[in-house]
Amino acid sequence: MTTAIAIKDLTKTYANGFEALKGISLEVEQGDFFALLGPNGAGKSTTIGVLSTLVKKSGGIVEIFGKNVDSHVYETKLDLGVVPQEINFSQFERVKDIVMTQAGYYGMPRSLAAERCEKYLRKLDLWDKRNDRSRTLSGGMKRRLMIARALVHEPKLLILDEPTAGVDIELRRSMWEFLTELNESGTTIILTTHYLEEAEQLCRNIAIIDHGRIVENTSMRALLKALDKQTYIVELATPIESLPNWGDAPVSATLIDAHSFEITVAATLTMSGLFKLFLDRSIQVSALRSKSNRLEQLFLSRLDNARGESADV
Amino acid sequence: MFKNHKYIAFETIVIKEVRRFTRIWLQTLVPPAITISLYFVIFGNLVGSRIGDMGGFDYMEFIIPGLIMMAVIQNSYSNVVSSFFSHKFQRSVEEVLVSPVPNSIILCGFIVGGMVRGLLVGAIVTGMALFFVDLQIQHPLITITVILLTATVFSLAGFINALFANSFDDISIIPTFVLTPLIYLGGVFYSSALLPPFWQSVSALNPIFYMVNTFRYGFLGVSDVPIGAAFFILILFSVVLFGSCLWLLNRGTGLRS
Repeated sequence: MTTAIAIKDLTKTYANGFEALKGISLEVEQGDFFALLGPNGAGKSTTIGVLSTLVKKSGGIVEIFGKNVDSHVYETKLDLGVVPQEINFSQFERVKDIVMTQAGYYGMPRSLAAERCEKYLRKLDLWDKRNDRSRTLSGGMKRRLMIARALVHEPKLLILDEPTAGVDIELRRSMWEFLTELNESGTTIILTTHYLEEAEQLCRNIAIIDHGRIVENTSMRALLKALDKQTYIVELATPIESLPNWGDAPVSATLIDAHSFEITVAATLTMSGLFKLFLDRSIQVSALRSKSNRLEQLFLSRLDNARGESADV
Repeated sequence: MFKNHKYIAFETIVIKEVRRFTRIWLQTLVPPAITISLYFVIFGNLVGSRIGDMGGFDYMEFIIPGLIMMAVIQNSYSNVVSSFFSHKFQRSVEEVLVSPVPNSIILCGFIVGGMVRGLLVGAIVTGMALFFVDLQIQHPLITITVILLTATVFSLAGFINALFANSFDDISIIPTFVLTPLIYLGGVFYSSALLPPFWQSVSALNPIFYMVNTFRYGFLGVSDVPIGAAFFILILFSVVLFGSCLWLLNRGTGLRS
């Protein structure tokens, strides 16, 4: 399979001496939906900045579809579409003009640009707003406009830096559908997000970056398998005074109130086993939900481990 | 890669720039026309009628080339500096930076945008001047060449200012404290023959003095400076400023961290 992105020993030290990237290496396969996660200031946006040439790297090699970004500037840019974190279009221009102008920067003939502009504005539910000034759009519409603009030249690789930040849940879900469809049609997507549920839902592979280093780089499935325990909130159909004795079962629980309790279950115990435990103890369950997203638990544990290791060093 | 992609990218930048300043024509095209008209009325008509001849011409006739030149200089410069800095400020410059447009095309696009505004304002001012004087052009080729070169030089200078600017204050410092004094001392309103020898030598260090005089030569056929030297200076400034802009763009100065 072709490699969409190959990053080797990438370093970036800003003029003020801040080391944003400390030698990261990463590969993303063509057609992948890849999550790049990390806390604020971890180096995600710097990595994206280097890929999009807005940030000058201090060292290392970056290749997009096998072409070095330093020696094949124009070819690599043609393959790349970027949706940045911050709104970065002119607030005074019309929606259609913003997309048409971007097409012009890619050297697209006007007739093709108009066709693509309509295609993507319709797909992203912005066609009715095409003659509106961009400053009059809602936050969600502005984000969708940035996606339409990034897609107008139909890049093979799309990088989305927190595309759903501040977007309501309904819109977020429709954007997930759109991105899934786009990925299925062959576009490689790299996503950074603070919504771990989003990464878990959409991405097949994941890298976690912290303090300028990659602390995890694996498939989403393998990562989730590594979760050794999970915590649930159990809602009760019949109130209880106190929690029963769980015997040797690999669980620990805390009563929240007479109508609910929190239970942490080892990965070795199946859901059927868990429900048998409840039945054997006459616990009537009305609802069961994860206390937190599974990926969130793993994300935090990986960061804790990585920070522990660097403290030991 | 599309056929003619560089030309399409260049055309896109120019259209965007022209669309920008024509959209806000009340801020960009009307004020210079009003200001220069006031110069015509006050200096040319009211004060000028008491001054009499200047350099062998009616005072109004004498100042018109300088006033047209002043409008072109100020508007070429301010179009590029304000537009490019606004792109930086709103981060919309990233649109063009992430795309495969070569830096030379980005530069040419913004420069031509600035030139178009400068020349359009120059044309408006010339039109206003026709209400006051029956303008004759003695050397059309020189007039056109010098106005094009001047618009280029000041568009390039505005681009450099925009690259280094970090705030809106930074884009008004040069026009206020450097450009305006140089224009006023560049012989727009007087002939250098009126100055004492020392100040004539000082004027010779002012590049705008050469531009104004060469432009006046195109209209009236008289000049305080050798025309060849003036063209040499204009071409030299154009080449050096273009090279500097391109070098700064390639380094990513003010644009890429």
